[in-house]
Amino acid sequence: MDGAQLLQQIINGLTLGSLYALIAIGYTMVYGILRLINFAHGDVLMVGCYLAWFGAVQFGLPWWAALMGSMALTALLGVLIDQGAYRPLRSAPRISALITAIGVSFFLENLGLVVFGGRPKAFERPEIFNQLYQIGDLRVLSHSVWVPIITALVLAGLLWMIYRTRLGMAMRALSRDLVTVQLMGIDTNRVVAVTFALGSALAAAGGIFWAMKYPQINPLMGVLPGLKAFVAAVLGGIGNVVGAVLGGLMLGFGEIMLVALWPELAGYRDALAFVLLIGFLLFRPSGILGQELPS
Amino acid sequence: MTQLVRKAVRWLALACLALAGVVPALAAGPEPILVGANMSMTGQVAAFSQMTWDGIRIAQRMRPTALGRPIQLVLVDNKSDNVEAANATNRLVTKDKVAAMLGPVTSSATLAAAPIAEEARVPLVSPSATSPIVTQGRKYVFRVCFMDPFQGQVAARHAYNNLGARRAAILIDIGQDYAVGLAAFFKREFQRLGGQVVAEAKCGTGDQDFSAQLGAIKASNPDLLYLPNYYTEDALVARQARELGLKAPLLSGDGADAPELLKIGGAAVEGLSFTTHFHKQGAATPLAREFLAGYATEQATGNIKEDLTSFHVLGAEAYLVLADAIERADAADGPKLRQALASTKDFLGVSGRLTIGEDGNAVKSAAILQVKDGKFEYVTTIEP
Repeated sequence: MDGAQLLQQIINGLTLGSLYALIAIGYTMVYGILRLINFAHGDVLMVGCYLAWFGAVQFGLPWWAALMGSMALTALLGVLIDQGAYRPLRSAPRISALITAIGVSFFLENLGLVVFGGRPKAFERPEIFNQLYQIGDLRVLSHSVWVPIITALVLAGLLWMIYRTRLGMAMRALSRDLVTVQLMGIDTNRVVAVTFALGSALAAAGGIFWAMKYPQINPLMGVLPGLKAFVAAVLGGIGNVVGAVLGGLMLGFGEIMLVALWPELAGYRDALAFVLLIGFLLFRPSGILGQELPS
Repeated sequence: MTQLVRKAVRWLALACLALAGVVPALAAGPEPILVGANMSMTGQVAAFSQMTWDGIRIAQRMRPTALGRPIQLVLVDNKSDNVEAANATNRLVTKDKVAAMLGPVTSSATLAAAPIAEEARVPLVSPSATSPIVTQGRKYVFRVCFMDPFQGQVAARHAYNNLGARRAAILIDIGQDYAVGLAAFFKREFQRLGGQVVAEAKCGTGDQDFSAQLGAIKASNPDLLYLPNYYTEDALVARQARELGLKAPLLSGDGADAPELLKIGGAAVEGLSFTTHFHKQGAATPLAREFLAGYATEQATGNIKEDLTSFHVLGAEAYLVLADAIERADAADGPKLRQALASTKDFLGVSGRLTIGEDGNAVKSAAILQVKDGKFEYVTTIEP
């Protein structure tokens, strides 16, 4: 492999990695605050993509309006899911909520199959993300430049919200001890609802940028990005938004490099993600940036 | 009051149940012949099965009965998943007790279904499973399409002779028996002709990012990229190849034959050519004219919105071949029906003259199509 080719593969890795990172941020945020692994995150992402598709294709909205509209509606969906599925289990053991999340995931997938049909739909890539920059032998899609910028902006916004606002303070407090926070007079249900709304809107945004890069959507499209984002979140230290970005970049970069350096291992690409997951859970369960858990 | 309502509802429900038992007995004509349809209505290759299913239903309207008994279809979705395909077969065989089964449409799913159908002695007719191993060593498994050794050969000759390719690269979906087999047959013939396979990259079913593989392929400087995979992968590969500056012409197999290729691939699949089973211009039999008329009616009424593809035709073909065999067997039971299917000779089907051998395979010609101005255009037909 020559230098230009290696550089191209590095760019490919960063492109994929920043998409994983964008999806993982929302995933890890919900976990960090509620200690709930929301397995339905990938499927909420799918719904967000379809909403954007309807906005853009059926109603002819410009892409940013479709994105915003989809994020708003998906946020609403997140709140509804919380009200319907998770809230009744707030004081139940954590495993019950986890199993419910898996149930919500299957429900959304099959609902998607019934409502949208099983055949993939083509997703439009807006002109601004469709520019092809050419430097010598290197090719970079403007989408690949924008996604890291958007990921960074989302990350900065989230950090500001979590550490600099009253709502963020409530969220952090809630993640420590739900009952005590309630006793302090904080409306925990409202804080949880906001968390879900935010997480779901981020899922929609992540999904839409994913679908712009790989321009087809189908009711099962959320499964793999969802799992990969989960792995990324664990690699980075689940609950830690900066860690999720690092984990996402690491995973995307690792996958591309695996295929680039050992082409015959291409079939094991998804396995790499899960081997990494198992390895981290065994040897460093708190991830790259996570703190050691008190026993 | 509520008690009364509840009681009334209960009696009404009971009455309905009783009626449900009586009415069919009263209306009983000849007993229907049950035919299972094991289709991937959802999942990765949903488009194939939905088109096939539309074709089957048009054919059913053309020939609704056999032996004076109505043919009743039982549809089960196998979700494009091999385990589900086996489950669906079990269900059709043991619960619904079908006389025969149409589908699955892909080779891997048919390989999963075949041992169960074989064991139960229920004839299975796949419309479009092209991998040679599907029927190997089996007495109850049939197909109405050509096989991949032939398809690979046709593709290689088209690449070498018509596209002038000498350095081919192949990207193979190793999750599909179809893709792995077709790639091997293409490679064998391409090398025999004197061509060189300069890169062979792998991916998995459902992969969306191919940038790493395409980076390696681009570095090998091919003058053709062969994609023996299914439409979603082909379309995404085509787009990413063009984005990475890989300009070599693209060649694919019948797995590309779905409108999704055009919708998802957009400008990137312009010029892509592929080998497939059928084109309207080759339709010369009376059954073909009848089927095309039926298809046109469906399009006019808005039930079907897409253009005709090979999968519609093969679905209809499988149904019509089966209906014909039931008539000739004079029975809808396993061994007799099996014998009739295996002695299908010079059947003038929708896609032309068709003969099925004792090995369960059909011998047929292949068509080459090309994407031009966002449509599939007919290039040529190649006889076996």
